[in-house]
Amino acid sequence: MAAFRVEVRVMPRASLLDPQGQAVEHALHALGFAEVGTVRVGKHLVLQLIAASRDEATARARSMCDRLLANPVTEDFEVAVESA
Amino acid sequence: MERVAVVVFPGSNCDADTLAAAREAGTDAYFVWHRDTDLQRADIAILPGGFSYGDYLRSGAIARFSPIMRAVAAHAQAGGPVLGICNGFQILCEAGLLPGGLMRNARLKFLSRPVRVRVEATDTPFTRLYGPGEELTVPIAHGDGRYVVDPRAAAELEAGGRVVWRYLGDNPNGSTNDIAGVCNAGRNVVGIMPHPERRTTPVLGGQDGARVFHSMEARHATQHAGAVRALGSQHSRV
Repeated sequence: MAAFRVEVRVMPRASLLDPQGQAVEHALHALGFAEVGTVRVGKHLVLQLIAASRDEATARARSMCDRLLANPVTEDFEVAVESA
Repeated sequence: MERVAVVVFPGSNCDADTLAAAREAGTDAYFVWHRDTDLQRADIAILPGGFSYGDYLRSGAIARFSPIMRAVAAHAQAGGPVLGICNGFQILCEAGLLPGGLMRNARLKFLSRPVRVRVEATDTPFTRLYGPGEELTVPIAHGDGRYVVDPRAAAELEAGGRVVWRYLGDNPNGSTNDIAGVCNAGRNVVGIMPHPERRTTPVLGGQDGARVFHSMEARHATQHAGAVRALGSQHSRV
């Protein structure tokens, strides 16, 4: 068994309105950052976990996303695993 | 008298109002704690409004794994009526008992004010005493009230007459098709964002919400009349 650090990125689905992202986008424009295009706001979760392998850690983390960490109707997620 | 279980989660805050509205309508309503594992022979289950688990992660995301939710799902699958109000609606969506999900209001602001809605479906256990197309004034109080569902599921909801309440005029939260409430395919599980329990008596500004609760007891009266009729015909056959 080995320790892994898992980073989960959860984003509102691209096809759905992201009012938080829009508000941040407008605020950046108001501050003079005219180069900013679209902004989207999501969540970043960092988990420490023990698994037999990197593949198992990834599979477990994806299962956590399916069941709890992301809503399959409204959000997409990405999982990145590295040795802790 | 219908037995109505009002589920209390940590962070529920409309549970007492909901219990009072259900009792006022003549039901035998009682609280069930979220860690309980059975609904104590409930005829109807209600998930009230509030901020279960502080809305952490997503509204309703953690509450949907509370032990009582197994009993709620079993009750729903057996055809038992389940009503989710506001946070209760969010929990039912997270639990997969209703389609879609509820996201941050389009204009980001938490909204607490009366809105106008139209009753679109009267063939549910919670709307049978309303007239089709009847217009109501009921309060909303939510930050995550924007109902979203993919276009195919939205078309299914519309075609199946499963939009129960729809916002009239200005859509307060940007919900798909102005949806304020939906039901499942079996029509026994209903979720609504507005708070009917806050509009049950003139002193609260109106009583447009009261019939949600009276409808539960009316269902009982209809069933009871059916049972008596069945008994009567059996008797005449003897």
